[in-house]
Amino acid sequence: MTEMLSYDFMQRALIAAVLVGITAPAVGIYLVQRRQALMGDGMGHVALTGVGLGFFFQTSPVWMAVLVCVLGAVVMELVRSRGNQRGDIALAMLFYGGMACGKMLVSMSAQAGNGSLESYLWGSILTVAPSDLITITVLAAVVIAVTIGLRRQLFAICQDEEFARVTGLPVRVLNLLLAVMAAVTVTVAMRVVGLLLVSALMVVPVVAAQQLTRSFAMTQAASIGVGVLVAVAGVAGSYQADLPSGPTIVLLAIVVFAVLSAVATPLARRRHRAASDHGPEVCEVRLPDQQQGRTEDSVTSRGLAQ
Amino acid sequence: MSSVISKASKAEGTDSALARHPREVGAAPAAVCLCDAVASLGGRPVLRGVDLKVRPGEVVALLGANGSGKSTTVKSVIGAVPLERGGLELFGTPYAKFRAWHRIGYVPQRTTAASGVPATVREVVSTGRLPQHGLLPFRRKDKAAVDRALAQVGMLDRAEDGVAGLSGGQHQRVLIARALVGSPELLIMDEPMAGVDVASQQVLADTLRQEVGRGTAVLLVLHELGPLEPLIDRTVVLRDGCVAYDGPPHPSTGQHALPGHDHVHPHGDDHLTTPGLLA
Repeated sequence: MTEMLSYDFMQRALIAAVLVGITAPAVGIYLVQRRQALMGDGMGHVALTGVGLGFFFQTSPVWMAVLVCVLGAVVMELVRSRGNQRGDIALAMLFYGGMACGKMLVSMSAQAGNGSLESYLWGSILTVAPSDLITITVLAAVVIAVTIGLRRQLFAICQDEEFARVTGLPVRVLNLLLAVMAAVTVTVAMRVVGLLLVSALMVVPVVAAQQLTRSFAMTQAASIGVGVLVAVAGVAGSYQADLPSGPTIVLLAIVVFAVLSAVATPLARRRHRAASDHGPEVCEVRLPDQQQGRTEDSVTSRGLAQ
Repeated sequence: MSSVISKASKAEGTDSALARHPREVGAAPAAVCLCDAVASLGGRPVLRGVDLKVRPGEVVALLGANGSGKSTTVKSVIGAVPLERGGLELFGTPYAKFRAWHRIGYVPQRTTAASGVPATVREVVSTGRLPQHGLLPFRRKDKAAVDRALAQVGMLDRAEDGVAGLSGGQHQRVLIARALVGSPELLIMDEPMAGVDVASQQVLADTLRQEVGRGTAVLLVLHELGPLEPLIDRTVVLRDGCVAYDGPPHPSTGQHALPGHDHVHPHGDDHLTTPGLLA
């Protein structure tokens, strides 16, 4: 088990896994909160064009992916904030256009064959180059600083955007910032998890964690814990069993979700029982009140009929 | 000196009057001054020239049938619905230049749509403190303010509970605590009594009474006057996006006096169904 740590590529892959495990749920929780859980998936599609451009111009695919993905995220945020009814169609164009464009560019480039594209799509522990690791670390530091440092502000805009506006927060700027952070996270994660599965690591740890938590802050902390656990275990398992790292990580995350939701039901029941010990049964207290409400209601409905 | 101007400012209601007298010198400016507001939603005109003024410390109830433009009026006051024509001033400052959001507490219409991630009562109420700390960290005095607001609506013991498990009335109390946490000078509430049980209605009425006693101005969208009636200084009745009545509250000038209302909540009072002003 420890022998894998002696390989440079495994050290890099494990460091990248820790960073991905932190950043993906830290951003993803806001997308889940806003019911935009699949946004990361779309961004992964768009990022493929960036990878394609990187191949085509023989520059760093990671930086090109960051650039294209950030642009795509800004467009997505503008579509969302307009509340356009045809917005989903615009997004479909963007996602599939991005995917098609990426594949086209890769096949036109002289540099790499399909095997290399494959590693961007599904993630690979062999491909985290030393230069990639520096990029990933810098980007991850920015994402972590923003998503944890501005937790209250981002929570407010995702919880109730209209109210957040009335508090005088720069809602538009924060929305754009969040979209850009999601885009950056996609590119941070793509080497380890792969572009097609990035979104899973942004969503599944959050959903798994919230089986047991009641507060947003706890959910964020626990989902980061789940994210790091499955990312590191997935990379290690990928080395041990010679499996692609992305699918291993995602399937592990789903197993954690299943286990936590199985545990959650009896826990909630016990908590409920503990709470009801504090006071009398709810219905005993409420009964006269309810009756009163009912009679009054019938009075008013008579009024209505008049 | 100020008498001339304040007399002149009585000629409110037009754009030009607003431009000439942006603020009433000598008197505190109106908390809300909406002038000839025209707005539409999805291409459909909803407000067709609404004038609305809320003076400091005044409690104004906005009434009207469904679709008369009550909620849209409130949303245009907070800037969520842009005006196509007309002017909006908050505390004497034109909307575009208004930054003193800490003076306003907003209670939106309660929705049943839950967010995708759990959040506690305390976390939701804490967002009401953002006008005070903005992009800076949350401090101890912010936490004290949250505790105070929660105690005011009787929800301090539920502070660590998830909002998803609350009843309609408790949820409404949380939203009101969120608006009160910054000690606003103007409270804007959209249907605070809708879907609220009788016990919570009483808590809400008491809370509102305390706030009014403190000198807070209140703009309320109401279905009917109900238990809040004694607090209300003035009612504004909307019909088809226009102001149909603006004056002292009239008994049973509520939703029930208007055609086309639907009944959505229990009552703690014996309201009359006699035809009101507009019947």
